[in-house]
Amino acid sequence: MGLFIDFCGVGRFGLLCHHAVYETNGATRMGIVASVLKKFHGGVHPTGHKELTEHCAIEPMPMPKQLIVPLHQHLGAPSVPAVKVGDKVFKGDLLGTSGGFVSATIHAPTSGTIQAIQEHPVGHPSGLTMLCVVITPDGADQWNPGLQGTTDPATLDPSAIRDRIKGAGIVGLGGATFPSFIKLSPPRDKVVDLLLINAVECEPYLTCDARLMEERPQDVIAGIRIMLHALQTKQCVIGIEANKPKAIAAMEKAVAGQSDIRVVSLPVMYPQGSEKQLIEVVTGRQVPSKGLPVDVGVIVHNVATAVAIRDTIELGRPLVSRIVTVTGGGITRPANVEVLIGTLVDDVIRHCGGLKSNTKKVIMGGPMMGLALHQTDIPVVKGTSGILALTPEESSGKTEHPCIRCGSCVNACPIQLVPCTMAWFAKTDQIDQLPKVDLFDCIECGSCAYVCPANIPLVHYFRYGKLALQVKDREDKKKALTKQRSQAREERLAREKEEKERKKEEMKAKMAAKKSDAGSSSEAKASSPAASKKASLPEE
Amino acid sequence: MSPSSLSFTSSPHVHGGDSIPRIMHTVILALVPATLLSILVFGWPALWVIVITTLTAVVTEHLLVKLRLRPSPVGDLSAALTGLLLALTLPPHAPWWICVVGGIFAILLGKQVYGGLGYNMFNPALIARVFLLISFPVEMTTWPHPVGLFGEEALAFGDALALIFTGHVAPGEVMDAISSATPLGQYRIEVSLGKTVQEALGGTYAFSYFNATGGLVAGSLGETSALFLTAGGIFLLKKRVITWHIPLSMLAGCLIPAVLFWLIDGTKYPDPIFHLITGGLVLGAFFMATDMVTSPVTPLGQIIFGAGCGLLTYIIRTWGGYPEGVSFAIVIMNATVPLLDQYTRPVIYGKTKKNI
Repeated sequence: MGLFIDFCGVGRFGLLCHHAVYETNGATRMGIVASVLKKFHGGVHPTGHKELTEHCAIEPMPMPKQLIVPLHQHLGAPSVPAVKVGDKVFKGDLLGTSGGFVSATIHAPTSGTIQAIQEHPVGHPSGLTMLCVVITPDGADQWNPGLQGTTDPATLDPSAIRDRIKGAGIVGLGGATFPSFIKLSPPRDKVVDLLLINAVECEPYLTCDARLMEERPQDVIAGIRIMLHALQTKQCVIGIEANKPKAIAAMEKAVAGQSDIRVVSLPVMYPQGSEKQLIEVVTGRQVPSKGLPVDVGVIVHNVATAVAIRDTIELGRPLVSRIVTVTGGGITRPANVEVLIGTLVDDVIRHCGGLKSNTKKVIMGGPMMGLALHQTDIPVVKGTSGILALTPEESSGKTEHPCIRCGSCVNACPIQLVPCTMAWFAKTDQIDQLPKVDLFDCIECGSCAYVCPANIPLVHYFRYGKLALQVKDREDKKKALTKQRSQAREERLAREKEEKERKKEEMKAKMAAKKSDAGSSSEAKASSPAASKKASLPEE
Repeated sequence: MSPSSLSFTSSPHVHGGDSIPRIMHTVILALVPATLLSILVFGWPALWVIVITTLTAVVTEHLLVKLRLRPSPVGDLSAALTGLLLALTLPPHAPWWICVVGGIFAILLGKQVYGGLGYNMFNPALIARVFLLISFPVEMTTWPHPVGLFGEEALAFGDALALIFTGHVAPGEVMDAISSATPLGQYRIEVSLGKTVQEALGGTYAFSYFNATGGLVAGSLGETSALFLTAGGIFLLKKRVITWHIPLSMLAGCLIPAVLFWLIDGTKYPDPIFHLITGGLVLGAFFMATDMVTSPVTPLGQIIFGAGCGLLTYIIRTWGGYPEGVSFAIVIMNATVPLLDQYTRPVIYGKTKKNI
């Protein structure tokens, strides 16, 4: 391995500069990690507001009276219930089994009794309800004694590690909630050169990842080691934005002497925590449109996922809790809280002193990509990185004006799309135009809407456009199927008709033959070849 | 918490704080130095031209939108900006009815018929100026000599008002003694008569690069001081209201051919500095071509658009029927914007070659 020379003591002073990668013999070794950090197009600088919680140590929460655990907290198919009402469960027992390849298992966040399995409102843009397992905690919070970890994960087979991670229901904790074991099982024909740990936390307000790194840096490294082993990859980069100097320092200390894991301080720029942008900054490569990071030899995992993986492999514990940043001008006592999955947002807010009266919006996730909540009696799920209560001063919500074509959105888009054109096509229902302007490459980061002087809710239009296209696609398929069916029916009817005709002709021919048998022999001689010819026509 | 008390909107939930009024306000602020200079150079009539044109634009916008039963948008300052920009393209002694007709035309036929702000195809101020120029050529090309606000020949406040509204200061008195040709006009007329550029601009006309840069020559109100307009343009760049693409490419589009032809025949074609500091090139490059609604949104589109504006300006200035071509050039290029936007979309992330 090469020796990494860090020219400017990056990070400790929050400075950004060149990371030169050298071999000890003097020859430059580029590898997949670019020698100088690259830039991604566009991006914005929203006010951080991280000072509200960056000093708040991660705190536990008193056990709520009830936990409502949704059976669909991840990208992919919902889980299938594995318990019945009345069952007693230990903490960590299976509540739901994986409902498909892209799916995840769900576990009991505490010990107690299954009180109900019923529909309950969840964090969904349409305010939908979802099947949830309701648990009444017994107060003992006792792990299943059968759960056991491994002290030396390196002795495990990579496939065994993947199976354990799959069994523990671990999904991407950055918010996308993609099942983690899939991202640790790259296709055989792809080579993974780099494990990239996403510790960027570019969303304003959120500090849960930064606190995790400050408080448990060794566990992050342990998680990374397990993932490197599972991927059989030799190199790891931890990307952290320069506005988290303490986290950078903690991580640098933790990786000291380990040349295969490197901490890289990144200039602050939203949306750097987006997988595609982070890959471009660190490697200079772009994930192909409609492709995956593995296509350019990179696997990206969130830093909190690394810790969850460590807990699973070393302690045998499935994913039953996560760290949530509870913050915003509307929260009485902002904090970083370790919350059991299934705890109601209401309970978490109450633990943090409740909402101030001037709260205008409650958001699950960050302010740029999070989901505004209709109601607060919905459960925290695996992807809930933050609970934000924003006051009118903090949150947008002015009236929409016509686009003045200023081009700010074009300059801000990290994908180099032309957001104003896309929004116009969506708004005017020119659905067919949308794929031509690459709507599906939009990552919905919200940079365009953030800079828009006309306050156009561009992301809203994009979501509408994507949905409309999906509906249209479904309808087109349905139409094609209907057409195919009706065509098949017509063909069948035609065939049947032909068959009937043929039989009729045959009958006629037979009748004629019978008649001629009854009549003179010379007549029979003349008519029979013609009749047989006629009868044979359909076969020709 | 009950569902009704929480605001439920799509992400993002925070906003950078930019707004249409802020943009318009910044552009107006950037025009203040050049506007004040024009009053200082051309005297009180200039003030009246600016006031009447701007007021007409604002009142027209207010009334038209009220007619459509919509809330009045004059608070966004876009009509005020259109009025100011139009005023800066008018001769300093333009009669009141030129100002009024121009202001109404800009807002009515330049903007509101399309549906208001954001929907117009052509720069409203310039389309109005083009209309005035081809309809009332005499009033639009009478250029008074810059007499200053307080100089000996300067008009008093009241006299200026009388001049704008009646055409003369006192009954019977004619004001033709102080009119003069713009540098571009002088060059075109004299060169067409067979003189060299040097003969045309020298002699009694006594063209001075210093005076032209500072705005002390005959011409429209705002197009005379390249220096003050450039300062305003740099302010807009600093405030990120505009980007470099259009101004730079427009200047280059005009000045590169100017250099070429000047090198070919310096007696027939004036030097590029002359082209830069006279006429409306700088006003056009920083304030007119950069009008957001009527320019492309993609960087490449903006460069092509700007270059086209500059090149057409040079062509019209050199061979066209009018001595100045900035307005025509920009209005013609406005028509290409939808096409430019469609064919100059950037290559998006993941479709470039950066994936090996």
